[in-house]
Amino acid sequence: MSTSTEGAQGFSLDVERRTVPGAIRDWFDRLRGGDPGALPSILGIIVLGIIFSQVSSRFLTSYNIGNLPGQGAYIAVIGLGLVFVLLLGEIDLSAGTTGGMAAGFAARAIFSGDLHKALDGGVYWGLLVFMVLALALAIWLKAWSGAVVIVIGLVVILVNLDQHVFWAIVAAVGIGAAVGTFTGFMVAKVRIPSFVVTLALFLAWQGVLLFALNSQSIGVTDFDLWNGLTQKNLSPMWSWIFTIVVLAGYIGYTVVKSITAQRAGLAADTMQLVLGRGAVLAVVGVILTVLANHNRSANTNVVIQGIPWAAVIVIALMIACTVALSKTQWGRHLYATGGNAEAARRAGIDVTHIRMTAFILCSSFGAFGGVLLASQSYSVSLDLGAGNILLFSVAAAVIGGTSLFGGRGKPRDAVLGALVIVIIPNGLGLKANLGPQYQQVITGVVLLVAAAVDAISRRRTAKG
Amino acid sequence: MSEPILEIAKLNKSFGPVHVLHDVDFKVYPGEVTALVGDNGAGKSTLVKCIAGINGYDSGEITFEGKPVVLDDPRVATGLGIEFVYQDLALADNLDITQNMFLGREIRRFGFLADGQMERKAREALASLSVRTVSSVRQVVSSLSGGQRQTVAIAKAVLWDSKVVFLDEPTAALGVAQTRQVLDLVRRLADQGRGVVLISHNMNDVMEVADRVCALYLGRVAAEVKVKDTSTPQIVELITTGRSGDIGLAPATADKVM
Repeated sequence: MSTSTEGAQGFSLDVERRTVPGAIRDWFDRLRGGDPGALPSILGIIVLGIIFSQVSSRFLTSYNIGNLPGQGAYIAVIGLGLVFVLLLGEIDLSAGTTGGMAAGFAARAIFSGDLHKALDGGVYWGLLVFMVLALALAIWLKAWSGAVVIVIGLVVILVNLDQHVFWAIVAAVGIGAAVGTFTGFMVAKVRIPSFVVTLALFLAWQGVLLFALNSQSIGVTDFDLWNGLTQKNLSPMWSWIFTIVVLAGYIGYTVVKSITAQRAGLAADTMQLVLGRGAVLAVVGVILTVLANHNRSANTNVVIQGIPWAAVIVIALMIACTVALSKTQWGRHLYATGGNAEAARRAGIDVTHIRMTAFILCSSFGAFGGVLLASQSYSVSLDLGAGNILLFSVAAAVIGGTSLFGGRGKPRDAVLGALVIVIIPNGLGLKANLGPQYQQVITGVVLLVAAAVDAISRRRTAKG
Repeated sequence: MSEPILEIAKLNKSFGPVHVLHDVDFKVYPGEVTALVGDNGAGKSTLVKCIAGINGYDSGEITFEGKPVVLDDPRVATGLGIEFVYQDLALADNLDITQNMFLGREIRRFGFLADGQMERKAREALASLSVRTVSSVRQVVSSLSGGQRQTVAIAKAVLWDSKVVFLDEPTAALGVAQTRQVLDLVRRLADQGRGVVLISHNMNDVMEVADRVCALYLGRVAAEVKVKDTSTPQIVELITTGRSGDIGLAPATADKVM
């Protein structure tokens, strides 16, 4: 007993109950101390929203806002994958073209009904051999979950299940996992800088996409599920179910956490603060759901209502990534490796394994992002995933607050950043006389501002 | 006199053609602070890294609590209860104190991290060392001072019920008051029954806190003496020339390795 009271005196801050004013004070302290959190991206969304609402009266219509998730989902998903790699202080330049290639194989499989017959023999067997080799690497380096995804993809391709849209997308993710295993092996085991490895693969996968498509783009609007990923919405009832499950899950988790922490005598947020935060989120969620469930179609013959699938997919993936990073041992080790790889190694963490898994996740997310991109642009084009796609995704993560130097970042960053990035072309597209030239300049400026905020805040942290 | 808890006999280690450690014998006794001293390049850090399983060694016998062991992986040493506090600290700046103290050995419940439990245990470990300088175990390590970091690194060793603790230059970068705190901490570790190895360049620290001194000279053990039987000049002589009076390396050996 004497130890615990003695300890309590020594750790005055740890037994304090955080109240609402306390939380606001903490937030200001963090801001001044150089940790802006989500503030820059949220400010960015608000500022851009105000500007574009002046540019075009159509910007703030629910029809236009409802289009944003579909337009930005691929940036958010590729960005989510990149967060894992960026947390290690590495980069994956090939995530976009990996997505293009994986989507290319998937589209070809559906379109032709039999990937083996459709592809040149060499390409088909090349794909299979590549996946088997990647599988061997994954098993050797004990990346079990990656190995499982590769096996599923391999089986789907072998038994020609990939003529069905759902399984074709699964196969695409499997191809992504195989690519990630290969990249991870090159970076973590062979120790080639990730910048070089993924730059090479960025180029190579573009060529493989041409092989996969036989130099003919494939439309995906006829593939119902694929098209729906970014074009369709949940029914109003399912929209409510989704909102309620997410909100109830969040509020339930924070309430239970607060109660158990207070009981154990640990630092905890007061119930007032927890419920206040939950209430704000609930109000926002309910308002958004009500708005989403209104018919937002401009055409009287068509009804568009409900939360877009794309938003559901992105939010679900973001929650999964957040849990994996903040609540599992693997996530903790990933942060540690990104913060100080040598310390992680001395603590007995298998750094090679952590690096491998980060790249496998990144490429798998990249593959799924490629599928979303094809859905949004109606087809698997010959240069799907090339060009600016990857850079936009990196920019999304950085604008959201993920550091390029490793160790700092959250899945949330990629999603908020993607929203900032997608608002720009969306808003400009509403005004006919503002061409794409503006889009790239403005995106560049926004990214530069975000990077400057990151650099300045890091300097303040170092000083503090 | 109790038995040594960790005993190293005839340890050899080469990096390519460079023979860094020659037949090194080294013993650690429970409840005592053994100082490991030597000039730069004498092989102190290499010896520690061999025991930690970071380097691997070429030949030699290591016994822990009377049983022979092979230390070829960092996890073997920590599994036995040998902890290391490195000069460059080996803390991850972006994690908080609790997360660092449990790094690599997190407590889990239902597969997920049990943060509350870890927080409480971290606090208990710091309290058992009477640490007064840390106000919250949720502070990020990048916001700590050098002394606080050293405290966290040492407390990490205590947390794991370690039997032997190696401290590599724990006071090298610290101010006067902080050095005082860390030396007290070192003494307390030994008084709790652990075998403590203090690697240091600072003779004042060694004379004040150590029970015995092992001097390395160009990869060989020059002498192992009790602190109460020796003096600062004698240790300095052992460090710089490998011998002092009738103790130390035989003149022939000392000259040959020059």
